Amino acid sequence: MTTTPAADELARVVRDHAGRLAASLVSLLGDFSTAEDLVQDAVETALRRWPVEGIPDRPDAWLFTVARRRGLDVLRRQQNYRSKLAELQWPLQPAPDDRLRLIFTCCHPALAREAQIALTLRVVCGLTTGQIAAAFLTSETTLAQRITRAKRKIAQAGIPYRIPRDDELPDRLDEVLTVIYLLFNEGYLSSSSDRAHSRDLVDDAEWLTALLAGLLPAEPEVTGLLVLIRLHRARTAARFNDAGQLVLLQDQDRSTWDHAAITAATALLTRTARRHRAPGPYQVQAAIAACHSEAPSWDDTDWEQILVLYDMLLHLQPTPVTRLHRAVAVRYVHSAEAALTELGALHQELDNYPLYHATNAELLRAVGDSEGATKADRRALELTTNPAQAEVLKERLAGAELT
Amino acid sequence: MKYVLMFVETEQFAKDLAAMSADERERAYQRVNQWFLDHSDKIRGGHKLQGPHTATTLRLDGPTPVTTDGPFIEGKEVVSGFTEIDVADLDEALRIAKEWPGCPVVEIRPVES
Repeated sequence: MTTTPAADELARVVRDHAGRLAASLVSLLGDFSTAEDLVQDAVETALRRWPVEGIPDRPDAWLFTVARRRGLDVLRRQQNYRSKLAELQWPLQPAPDDRLRLIFTCCHPALAREAQIALTLRVVCGLTTGQIAAAFLTSETTLAQRITRAKRKIAQAGIPYRIPRDDELPDRLDEVLTVIYLLFNEGYLSSSSDRAHSRDLVDDAEWLTALLAGLLPAEPEVTGLLVLIRLHRARTAARFNDAGQLVLLQDQDRSTWDHAAITAATALLTRTARRHRAPGPYQVQAAIAACHSEAPSWDDTDWEQILVLYDMLLHLQPTPVTRLHRAVAVRYVHSAEAALTELGALHQELDNYPLYHATNAELLRAVGDSEGATKADRRALELTTNPAQAEVLKERLAGAELT
Repeated sequence: MKYVLMFVETEQFAKDLAAMSADERERAYQRVNQWFLDHSDKIRGGHKLQGPHTATTLRLDGPTPVTTDGPFIEGKEVVSGFTEIDVADLDEALRIAKEWPGCPVVEIRPVES
């Protein structure tokens, strides 16, 4: 089963308008939680009625009308909100895009990371609580509680609805990009060929980053993240075989990649790099993805360039996971033995990280230690929670037994 | 909005402070005084507290009140003082708290209105 085009269309239309409406209503009412409830209600009504009645010609006006009517109804006792809503007429005053403020509020550092992600999806992208719960394999109750708690904190702790000051912008933007990056990762890693019931979070992540890039055109890291996401998406068709199994980058059929999208994304990265000095971590990661995307085959990959880029990334982001990825480049530039030495130094920090053991297995196999490789693959299989990755590991272990 | 900043000391901080020379300690105190001066228009009072060894805790949830020696939670981190500030929102409170030159942990709590 695949997602029907109508469901995609529905998601797209809701996303294009829900966040905008939420932004306007928060400004108008000065109450994040109330405004957000009204929009969520309108979105749920739309998702119930549009599949039957069709998408209206002016979905924005439709959502506005439902939210306004609902507001007048439920806010009967809150005279100040009611009168504000009563005066409100369609079309809303063309105002500068308020969604930027909305994004910064949802990703405020005083909120827990999980709450930031859930709020951003619900408020900015117009996802329902049910859709978010399904995407993260959490119960709807847990998710609803998380959102309620976050909204209560926004109101009671005085988290402002405002774009951060210039001196605070770099830190706050980092926070927003981390949220989007996690969203993208979640969507990308958990995705499978069967998306029948789950929302494509990768699509939401790309849409959010593009929105942010439009609202903050002078921020090169936003563009960096956008390019990174687009380059990964361009390879989507090759990531799963006909049986729905994950295909690793080295084994992918590169003719099925979206080469037009790769060219466009790479050109965007080059244009951004030309305008700014000293790229940040997202631009560097995008550059690494670009090297892979432009390589005609795994063997013809420019590993020296990739190693240079990983050195840059390590300088910006000295994490064990970055070192692990760098070790793969070390293997192809130097040797599998050299890469194994690098991995040895990471053993303690990454012992619970499945990709560490899977990479270790590949390297051990390359130097002829099949026993060690099997052990490492088994350990990776124990640790992984991702079904697609588990499949790959099982297949590899089965193959090792045959030889 | 009004917030209370609760200043929290760690064992390491107390050790570092004790290891300072008299001059260094004086300079550290001056930095704290300067912070209070810089933000005096937002500060609505507060106090430095005496050490946790002076604390007495009373528990009233039993049949009779129970008095014990020490702070209500035994830990490596103890509240060493508090100050109330009156600012626009949490972002402004965070800005002020980030400049705090004293102990290494600050809890920011809005005052119930």
